[in-house]
Amino acid sequence: MSVQSHPAQRGGLGELSLDPRTIAPLVRKELRDALRNRWLLLYTLAFGALAVGLATLSQIGTGLSGFAGFGKMTASLVNLVLLVVPLMALTVGASGLSAERERGMLAYLLSQPVTRLEVFVAKFIGLGLALTGSISIGFGLSVALLAAHSGRGDLWVFVRLVGLSAMLAMAMLAVGMLLSVVLRRSSTAIGAAVFVWLGFVFVGDLGLMGATVIFRLPVQQLFGLSLVNPTQAFKLAAVGGFDSTLDLLGPAGLYGVQEFGPWLMPMLLGAMAAWIVVPLMIAGLSFARKPL
Amino acid sequence: MICIKGVTKRFGRFVALDNVSLDIERGQAVALWGSNGAGKTTLLRCTLGLLSFRGEVTVNGVDVRRRGKPARRLLGYVPQELAFYDDFRVAEAVAFFARLKGTDRTGCVRALQLAGLEQHRHKRVRELSGGMKQRLALGIATLTDPPILMLDEPTSNLDAAGRSELLAQLAELRGRGKTVFFTSHRPEEVEELANRVITMESGRIVSDAAPARNAGAAASPSVEVRIPHACLDQALGALRAEGFTTRLAADGAAVECRNGCNGHVSPSATEPRTEGRLP
Repeated sequence: MSVQSHPAQRGGLGELSLDPRTIAPLVRKELRDALRNRWLLLYTLAFGALAVGLATLSQIGTGLSGFAGFGKMTASLVNLVLLVVPLMALTVGASGLSAERERGMLAYLLSQPVTRLEVFVAKFIGLGLALTGSISIGFGLSVALLAAHSGRGDLWVFVRLVGLSAMLAMAMLAVGMLLSVVLRRSSTAIGAAVFVWLGFVFVGDLGLMGATVIFRLPVQQLFGLSLVNPTQAFKLAAVGGFDSTLDLLGPAGLYGVQEFGPWLMPMLLGAMAAWIVVPLMIAGLSFARKPL
Repeated sequence: MICIKGVTKRFGRFVALDNVSLDIERGQAVALWGSNGAGKTTLLRCTLGLLSFRGEVTVNGVDVRRRGKPARRLLGYVPQELAFYDDFRVAEAVAFFARLKGTDRTGCVRALQLAGLEQHRHKRVRELSGGMKQRLALGIATLTDPPILMLDEPTSNLDAAGRSELLAQLAELRGRGKTVFFTSHRPEEVEELANRVITMESGRIVSDAAPARNAGAAASPSVEVRIPHACLDQALGALRAEGFTTRLAADGAAVECRNGCNGHVSPSATEPRTEGRLP
């Protein structure tokens, strides 16, 4: 059979089957590796310590308890999540495939009866579960601290924040894995991940403010730019969830609430979901077809 | 069993495989012979479906590109150097690959027995010697008792004892009817295992023949050199760096050297062996 007559075969590596019986042991291996990964442990400890520290400070600073204390603490945690979670997820994702490729483990794994897509999906699920666990531990510690000092509080706000943080982590993990597929060396991929983090967290935020001032952006465009940055979408979704006065949302958020009302939250969640799905699909297809 | 038709693989402008075609029958033990960069490992990797290429490779009629997963179920692969999960315990590593291959506990027990690693099942992989790691890789490769074994320079990192042990295991597997497809540039390995030798050079097959007895030795002159103990390590290092295959004599002072794979030497050649002894 002539290869020329079958151009679709040329890449030849794009087998797209996904068998849960193959994915399950790969996910277990990823979780096992994550538990042994010092970086993840370090991130968990740092995130947990910062969350507990912020919870304590917000309690002392306001002298409030119950819902008011909870709201202030949640606002502090949103900023913590914005800084730490993208960094965790991007670097973990960026080193995921590239490090295994460098050590020759990926080639050995792919010489087994597995498809590349199964390996890729298993890595995403495994790392995603590990990151969600790490975030939950950090939040869990601060909730426990608050509950010990000031009663039950509004746990729903926390659950919602954990869910949104997990979504943000998945989006950043997907971007990190895309870097891991595109850039062959793990050091390059991790370096790029740090720059992407800077871009999302600082340039995205400060750049948006600067552009608004310099170009006198109308509020509609400001809202649109907030939607295309997953960290901004997370911030609007998280703050909108607990600040009934909306004074923390800023002009873009206020515009969103007034213009889209109940549809704002689905739009924000949709924007974050797109940041999970699109990079993941590009990375997955690229990994399935790219030579090792 | 393995059918390779017109396979061409390029890395940028470099042509690693140039229109390679090859048929391997059931039960054959085929050695891919050639110098470094001849394309041996690339051909193995294409056969495993690890690399994209032009042409066609089928394993028992299954196209490795379209249906790589079922094709790889028919193959057991032993890499040059086992590179996986050093912090796994031996039993964990075997169990992990057994789950991937969809085999049960009996497969794990059999693999550990074949590898002779039952006593070491609780050791971490990083604690194993090079020979043990290769045996572990062989055990994992045979977990599902696949009809084909593919090995990439299986003994290149082993000492003499580890090498002969692994070769004996491979010979036994070949005797049980397995198709063995391996790369090597060690004449003694080819002599012992292969019933067909394919010589590659610059990405092309330049000869395909049955090996003559002691053909590897015949292919290149062998020289026995007496070296003082004090500089033995240094001399061995220098000879190996130059591509010589060295073998220590029983008293540890004489070194037999063959320039095994440089140039256009094939183990299927049958020139008379020359030997010499230096004072």
